[in-house]
Amino acid sequence: MTRHDSPRNFSRRAMLKTGGALVVSIGMPISLDTVLAIGSASAQNARPPLTPDQLSSYIAVNADGSVAAFFGKMDMGQGLFVAIGQMVAEELDVPFDRVKVIMGDTATSVNQGGASGSTGIQFGGKQMRMAAAEARRVLVEMAAAKLAVPASELIVVDGVVTAKSDPAKKASYAELIGGRYFNIQLQWNKQIGNLLYAPGEAQPKPAAQHKIVGQPIKREDIAPKVFCQEDFCTDLTRPGMVHARVIRPPVAGSTPVRVDESSIANIPGAKVVLDKAFIAVVADKEWDAVKAMQQIKVDWSDATPPFPDQTALFDHIRRAPVRHAETQPKEAGNIAEAFGAAARVVEAEYEWPFQSHACMGPACAVVEIKDGQATCWSGSQKPHFVRDGVARTLGLPMDKVRAIWMVGPGSYGRNDADDCAADAAVIAKAIGKPVRLQYMREQGTGWDPKGPASIHRARAAIDASGKVTAYEFTSKGFSRIDVQTNGSQPADTLAGQLLGVPLVVNDGFGVPAESYAFDNKRMAWETIAPLLDRGSPLRSAHLRDPVGPQIHFASESFMDEVAAALNVDPVEFRLRHVKNARDIAVIKAAAEKSGWVPRPSPRRDQTGNTVSGRGMAYAQRNGTIVAIVAEVDVDRSSGRIFARKFTVAHDCGQIINPNGLTKTIEANIVQGVSRTLWEEVKFDRKNVTSVDWLTYPILDITETPQTIDVVLLNHPELPPTGAGEPSIRPVAAAIANAIFDATGVRIRRVPFSPERVKAALS
Amino acid sequence: MTEKISLNVNGKTHVIDADPDMPLLYALRNDIGLNNPHFGCGLAQCGACTVHLDGQPIRSCITPVSSVADGKIVTLAGLGTPEKPHPLQTAYVEEEVPQCGYCINGWIMTAAAFLRDNRKPTEAQIKDALSGLKCRCGTHASILRAVKRAAVQMG
Repeated sequence: MTRHDSPRNFSRRAMLKTGGALVVSIGMPISLDTVLAIGSASAQNARPPLTPDQLSSYIAVNADGSVAAFFGKMDMGQGLFVAIGQMVAEELDVPFDRVKVIMGDTATSVNQGGASGSTGIQFGGKQMRMAAAEARRVLVEMAAAKLAVPASELIVVDGVVTAKSDPAKKASYAELIGGRYFNIQLQWNKQIGNLLYAPGEAQPKPAAQHKIVGQPIKREDIAPKVFCQEDFCTDLTRPGMVHARVIRPPVAGSTPVRVDESSIANIPGAKVVLDKAFIAVVADKEWDAVKAMQQIKVDWSDATPPFPDQTALFDHIRRAPVRHAETQPKEAGNIAEAFGAAARVVEAEYEWPFQSHACMGPACAVVEIKDGQATCWSGSQKPHFVRDGVARTLGLPMDKVRAIWMVGPGSYGRNDADDCAADAAVIAKAIGKPVRLQYMREQGTGWDPKGPASIHRARAAIDASGKVTAYEFTSKGFSRIDVQTNGSQPADTLAGQLLGVPLVVNDGFGVPAESYAFDNKRMAWETIAPLLDRGSPLRSAHLRDPVGPQIHFASESFMDEVAAALNVDPVEFRLRHVKNARDIAVIKAAAEKSGWVPRPSPRRDQTGNTVSGRGMAYAQRNGTIVAIVAEVDVDRSSGRIFARKFTVAHDCGQIINPNGLTKTIEANIVQGVSRTLWEEVKFDRKNVTSVDWLTYPILDITETPQTIDVVLLNHPELPPTGAGEPSIRPVAAAIANAIFDATGVRIRRVPFSPERVKAALS
Repeated sequence: MTEKISLNVNGKTHVIDADPDMPLLYALRNDIGLNNPHFGCGLAQCGACTVHLDGQPIRSCITPVSSVADGKIVTLAGLGTPEKPHPLQTAYVEEEVPQCGYCINGWIMTAAAFLRDNRKPTEAQIKDALSGLKCRCGTHASILRAVKRAAVQMG
C-alpha cells in the first residue's frame, strides 16, 4: 500500500469500519458529560456531510489509530502528498508513517482546487495543517474528559495522550475516536478551490517545535510504479466498456456535414457518435476504435483557414486590436514625463510562441453512466472541477456525478485531460455504455490548450548621470484564460464548444513579479482575441507557471540589456534596484554559490567556435523568490546551445521537505530549458502542424544540464509558499543572458533553436 | 480479419485472437491485461511502450503483433519484482526518479538492455544509449543518476 493510496483501494467507509460507527459530536468547550450525551444520542451509522466546514472532511482517525488525511488538492508527481503527510503528522503528534494522504476522489475530499498555481502546500497544506491542529485539540479535550486531567496537563507523543504528572494516565487516539468520525464545525470562509480555508479553534505549532516538518522524507509511490503495481487512468477497464476515439477536423473550425458510416461497416462493433460538430467513433476493441478513426469518411464544411502564416504570428499580435488592458499595480510616478526628460532610452521587444503541454501520453478518461449517476475516472489535476464539468455536460446534478483521479500521463496545467473527460461523457451518454476514450498523439499535442503566444515591450529611461529614471513593461498576447483553468464549464471544453454552448470571453495575462524600484514605473498587459473563437487547437490556457516564463523571459532579459547598456555587472545592477530583502538574499545566494565574478556582460575574451557565458535572472511568484545563474556553451557554427549548469537559489518560506523541493526544482529547470531551447507550436493556415515529438521537439537526455545546484533558503518563521512553478519562471532569461554574455548577441525570441541562434550570430 | 496468435510474454504463453496488423502494444495491454507498457505516441518516438523482444528493446506501438512469432517478450513487469528487483528498478526507487511515471518503460527497458551489454559505461555512452526517449516532467537528471547507480551495481 502506498502512502497516497487511491480511494478505490482505501475507501472512507472501509477505513473507518469498526463496531458501530459512533459519531462523536463535541461542542467547545467540552465536558465529559457532553461527550457522553452526544455520543450516546448519536450512536448511529452516520457521518457528517462531506462539506468544507466539517473537520471530518479533512481528518479521520482509523480504528487502529492511523490517520487519514483527505486532501482536496492533487500531487502531480512531485511528492506533494509526502509534505502534506508531514504537516498533518506534525500537528497531530503522530509518527509520519501513521498518516495516509488520500486525494483525488470527489467522494472523499472537498474541493480545495486540485493542482493549481503551486498552492498545494501554500493553501492546501495550510488548511490541512489547521485541520490537523484542530483534530489534536479535540482529541486532547476528549482525553482530558476521559482521564479527568486538565488539557493543559496533557502531552501527546506518537498519538497517545498522557498526563504529564502521571504517565499511567493515558489514552491513545485510537481509544479516543478510532473508527469514528469527528463532528466538529470549522470556521469555513465559504470559498471553494484554492481559497478554501476552514480553521478550527486550534493554532498550529510554532516552527521551533517542528520535528517532522522540514525532514527530507522520501516518496513511497515510486516502487508501485516501477513494479507495475499501480494502474494509471489509461489502464482502467469497466464491465461492458467500449473504446472511443474522437475525430478532429483537418481545417480548424470546420464541422462535419456528412459522415459515411458504411466506411467503417467492416469494423466489428464500430459506431459513430455525431452531435452537431462533435464526432467520435466507438468499438468494442481499442484497436478497432483506432482503425475506425483512421478509416471513417467525413465530409467537412468549407471553413476559411483561420490562422495567419506562422511567420506572421507576432505581427498579428502587434497589430491586433487590444481587447482588454490592465496596468498592475497602478503607475508609479509619471512615465511620460520621465521618458520625455531622458538622456537616453533603452528599449527592446521580445517574443514567445504558443507552447503545448505535450504530455507523455495523450489524455484518457473513462466515463460510466448508470442509474442516473455518472462516474468519471480521469488524470486531470482538478478532479472536483471535472465532476462539475461532467455533470453540466450530462445535465446531471453535481451530487449524481463522482470524479476519481487516477495517475495520468503528466499534467502541467490545463492540459487535454479536462477536454477528454467531457468528450468521454458525451460519448458515454450517446452510446449507453461505459466508455474509455484516449486521444491519439496528434490530438494530445495538436489539440491540447496552448500556452499563449505573446510579445513584450520594455523600455527604460536613463538620465545623464546613468541613473535609470523610468521603466515601462507591456505584454500583449492571447489570453491565458481563453479557456479557463479547469473544465467545470462546458464553454471551456472542446466538447462544449463543438456542441454549440455559448462562449464566454475571458481575458487574463500578467505583469513581472519583482521588486525593482524605479521612481517611475508602469507594468501593463493587453490581450487580443483568439485566432479562432470556438473549437480551436490554438485556444490558450494555463501551462506551467501560466505566462510566467513569457513575461520574465522578457523582463529579466531587459534588465540585463539595461545593465549592459550601463556597463554594469548584471548581478550588481539587480542588487542596486531590487528592494525586497528576501529577493536580495536570493540573488546574492545564487551569485555566490555559482562563483559569480562581477564584470559587465558580454565577455569579450573568447575566440573559437565554442564560447561560454553566464547569465542571471530572478523572479518572485506569489511569495516565492527564485534567482538563477545559467552557464551555457554556444556552438557558433551550429547554433546549438548547451545549457550546461544552473545554480538556483530558492526561497519559498518554510521548507516542509527539502528532498521533494530540490527534486521539484531540478525537474522544473529541465522543463524550462526544454521550453526555452526547443518548444514552439507550429501551425499553417489550416491547423496546428505540431502533432508529435518530431514536429514538437523537447529537450533530449543528451542535452541534460551537467549540473543543477539548488540552494534552499529556509524561513521556518514564515508560512510556506509554492514551489511547483516558480523556478521555471526565470530559466529562459537566465539562458538568454548567458548567451549574450558569451556572444554579445541578444536573442529575443523563444525558442533558441539552433537555426535561430545561428542566424542571430551570423 | 482476426487470427489466432501465440505470444510468449514474461515467460507465459498467451493465445489471442487479433488483427495481425494490430500493434503488439494493444495485445499486451488489452488482450493480456498488462498495465505497464503505455501508449505514448504510436509512432516509436517516445519509448513509453518499450518492451524487450528476445532481449532487445522494441517499440511495441509500431510492432505488428503477428511479427513477433516465437520471440520472447519481456515487459517491465517481467524485468523484476519487489522480491527480486532489477538493479534499475532498485535504483529508480532509491533515486525517486519518476514524477508522472508514464515514461518509465522506455528508460528502464532501454537502459536494462544497454547495461547488460555495456559494463562500466561512461556518462556520454549512457546518454547516447538513451537518446530519443522522452520524459516530459523533466526528470532527466534523476534518470541519469539512477542509470549510473544501476551501472555501478551491474558492472
